[in-house]
Amino acid sequence: MRLFDHYARTDSPIHRLPAALKLATALLLVLGLVLLRPGGWFAGAALGLVVVAGLSRIPPAFLVGRLLLLEPLVLGVAALALLQPGGLRVFATILTKSTLCLFTMILLANTTPFSEILGVLRRVRFPALLITTLALMYRYLFVLADEAERMQRARQARTFGRTRWAVLATVLGQLFVRSTERAERIYAAMCARGWK
Amino acid sequence: MHVPDGFLDAKTAVTTGGLAAGGLAVALRQVNQHLPRSRVPLLGLAAAFIFAAQMLNFPVAGGTSGHLIGGVLTAVLLGPSAAVVVLAAVLIVQCFLFADGGVTALGANIFNMALVGSVAGYAIYRAVFRWKQDLRSRLMGAAFAAWCSTVLAAICCAGELTLSGTVSWRVAFPAMANVHMLIGLGEGLITALVLVAIARARPELLEDDTKLAYAPVAGFGLIIALGLALFVAPFACSWPDGLEKVAGVLGFQHHAAATPVLPAPIPKYALPGIQSAGWATAVAGAIGTVVVFGLAWLLARTLVPKESH
Repeated sequence: MRLFDHYARTDSPIHRLPAALKLATALLLVLGLVLLRPGGWFAGAALGLVVVAGLSRIPPAFLVGRLLLLEPLVLGVAALALLQPGGLRVFATILTKSTLCLFTMILLANTTPFSEILGVLRRVRFPALLITTLALMYRYLFVLADEAERMQRARQARTFGRTRWAVLATVLGQLFVRSTERAERIYAAMCARGWK
Repeated sequence: MHVPDGFLDAKTAVTTGGLAAGGLAVALRQVNQHLPRSRVPLLGLAAAFIFAAQMLNFPVAGGTSGHLIGGVLTAVLLGPSAAVVVLAAVLIVQCFLFADGGVTALGANIFNMALVGSVAGYAIYRAVFRWKQDLRSRLMGAAFAAWCSTVLAAICCAGELTLSGTVSWRVAFPAMANVHMLIGLGEGLITALVLVAIARARPELLEDDTKLAYAPVAGFGLIIALGLALFVAPFACSWPDGLEKVAGVLGFQHHAAATPVLPAPIPKYALPGIQSAGWATAVAGAIGTVVVFGLAWLLARTLVPKESH
């Protein structure tokens, strides 16, 4: 399976910037977009984001695809605002803000490897247990997603007709059992390598 | 239910952020003190499992599909404190890696799904499970709690949107609550089915020996109660508020300014049809809760036949 964050590991001037700088800039921009009144500077921010996207050499089709994939979630919640009087303006404002924020976060995720973001969080004294959990989760995310896909494929090869919920739930139950067994092996491996 | 950026204003973002940080601190402290070191990697793996599980789509009628949310399932399998850490990790990764759920709304998402979703759900599960301690009541408790936690989290989400002035309560509450009463049915069913599958493969994984200490119960209880008081209580009651009532009784209502200083974004009673929808939803919710309790009982009886326990 192709990694979700494939482009985070490609190379470009933007990718080479320090992770802390990118994280801080993205967070400040999102905060500004959310808290400040919408105005002309929104267009400036949008232009800036497009320039950064161009410099990062990520295919525009990929970025637009990610944006379109996430936009329905925004539209779903924003549509609630349409149900009330004067909702159209609220709807338009929210849609602009959310889309710009989404684009910022998509750019951040695809120019900065998650492990580097974790490194920044460790430096600002995020709780160690949470960092360990996040790091392990990121490491095994793709492994377990692959495993789930293989189990699904194996099941599809053996059964015909509609997939029943009970069968899917058995796949999930089995996946959890395998995750706990894997966690036990990982613990043994961590201890063998000197983890306290 | 992931709230994106731009839907919450500054005060709501800061309040939910504070509550989420407090709840997460209680959970981390609890896990640090009581979880055996050998189970620490399991937190990361469980988070990866929940993430992978959310990618598995369960077909629903009409070509749509749903997926697991997993708050109650994690809490039943690992205990409430570990579940808060696991779900917070899932939400943080979804936010930073996939831009799913906003950064400024991260606190709200953690409060709704990790704290209310798993801790409040777990409290309901324990209340049912204490009643009779066998697999059948465990399943029934988990299914019922999963439904309740989904609906509760949705109501909190509606309250946060209202407090931010994004959507009015009369629109947000019925929409969110009604949709999630249906989604919750799927969540309850999947939770029970997955638990029964685990109970068949490795029954010892379900042996839950967590003794609930006083400190986390007080900590989580305080934070969730505070959140409900801030996000839900102000809107839950559609009676005229205290000031209006007093003004009416004392007869100085007509002194109220004819033109408001600030034009209200949503004039009162502008939507005659929707005005009573809040009450209708609340009543439907009360009936729904009883019905779902019965359904959960039936489900547990079907999944665990008499002779097998």
